[in-house]
Amino acid sequence: MAHEHKLEIFRGLWKFKSNTQKIWGVLAFLTFVTAIEVVLGIYKPDALMSTWISPFEGGFFATIGNIILSPFVYMKPLNLIFIVLTLVKAYYITWDFMHMRDETKALRRMVVWTAVFLICYLIFILLQEGGYVYEVYFPENTDEALIKRDF
Amino acid sequence: MDSTVANTGTEGKIWDGGNKPLKASYGKMMMWFFIVSDALTFSGFLAAYGFSRFKFIKEWPIADEVFTHVPFLHGQELPMIYVAFMTFILIMSSVTMVLAVDAGHHMNKAKVTLYMFLTIIGGAIFVGSQAWEWATFIQGDYGAVQTNGGNILQFGEYVTENGKEKFKRISIDEFAVAEAGTRAQHERKNGLWFVNEESLPPYSVNEIYKGLAANDNILVRTQLLNEKGEKTVLTREESLNQIKDNGKLVVKGANLVVNEYGTSLFADFFFFITGFHGFHVFSGVVINIIIFFNVILGTYERRGSYEMVEKVGLYWHFVDLVWVFVFTFFYLV
Repeated sequence: MAHEHKLEIFRGLWKFKSNTQKIWGVLAFLTFVTAIEVVLGIYKPDALMSTWISPFEGGFFATIGNIILSPFVYMKPLNLIFIVLTLVKAYYITWDFMHMRDETKALRRMVVWTAVFLICYLIFILLQEGGYVYEVYFPENTDEALIKRDF
Repeated sequence: MDSTVANTGTEGKIWDGGNKPLKASYGKMMMWFFIVSDALTFSGFLAAYGFSRFKFIKEWPIADEVFTHVPFLHGQELPMIYVAFMTFILIMSSVTMVLAVDAGHHMNKAKVTLYMFLTIIGGAIFVGSQAWEWATFIQGDYGAVQTNGGNILQFGEYVTENGKEKFKRISIDEFAVAEAGTRAQHERKNGLWFVNEESLPPYSVNEIYKGLAANDNILVRTQLLNEKGEKTVLTREESLNQIKDNGKLVVKGANLVVNEYGTSLFADFFFFITGFHGFHVFSGVVINIIIFFNVILGTYERRGSYEMVEKVGLYWHFVDLVWVFVFTFFYLV
């Protein structure tokens, strides 16, 4: 049961002799990831500060393309890297510290899929709505703006 | 091995809860379900933060300019360093927790005790750091002027550092011209006993304006972001006009109503989300202390299973997990 642990991470690339060793290995990895985040956060390389793809113009398919590629079209690469690294950290905390790796497949899916689905839905709705409110507040044609600015 | 905490006399029976679906004990599974619902609560908060940020996408405060302080290193601008330290402390206490769980599987009471103790210490350091972070944030550093439209105007000058021109912030204390005859704060003892007044701002807008007019080098910075993602700096003439025409209130520090760093929503979300997380850490520490004493008293030794340690461990790792996300969305992105 819970006493038998799966002792390998990175799909078997890194194997450990005991559970204690695996814990220290995962700590080293998480510290490494956090260090990357902090270094990037302090230095903010210029190459990562502007989007690599600009939004597609014109037509229905351009809009579809923008939605599908939205993390690359609308997000700075630096922020995308931060979010991906965060998800990586979350994965290893859940899988190795919380021993999700050793639970049955059904329990894993009950917990992870439910949360991931609902959270994705919530984020999509709220961010979409936030962007819309921004358009209403600060339209490109400033005469249509609904709130008063003093600069 | 049987890790059920208590025997109910229904072992092996299909009905009456005798078997374990998903090979997890009742307590552990319920802890997982609680974690799912709590995770949804936190994502609700963070998604609401994202909503407000998207709403004010062109003027949201830059975290690197807000959280620059480190204890004992006064006056130095070191963004990220202290939060990185806090993150590391929390991950470290997660590690000692999982080591305690592992020692529990081996029924090693001495090691469980030691690792639980270290976990509690880590949690206490984290909560203390967060309290310090709050205190610094509430106190503020440079001060600003709030306009009639609720926008924030900050002050600074251009200086050349290492051959690069850079906008350096100036505190309002350095240039405001104090005037005689400022109004005294209304208190119960010196006025109407049934009326209260909030504490007055340190300066009046007029004092700031006089100080600004007397110093040619000082410029005003608005909260609007330009194409480079930096705050817009006004010219000297615009600066004076802006303070004169729109200045309404001098702000130092942040609370739920005003915020010298920019949009007041930023402070509201900061207090709400880190506060809710800090409360989780605090309750985690309290639960850990209870379990710690149970371990010392030998409760789990007699029970023949350290599963309780495993369950609080799940909660403790979850708190760490949430911090990973708060760290990203408040301090990095």
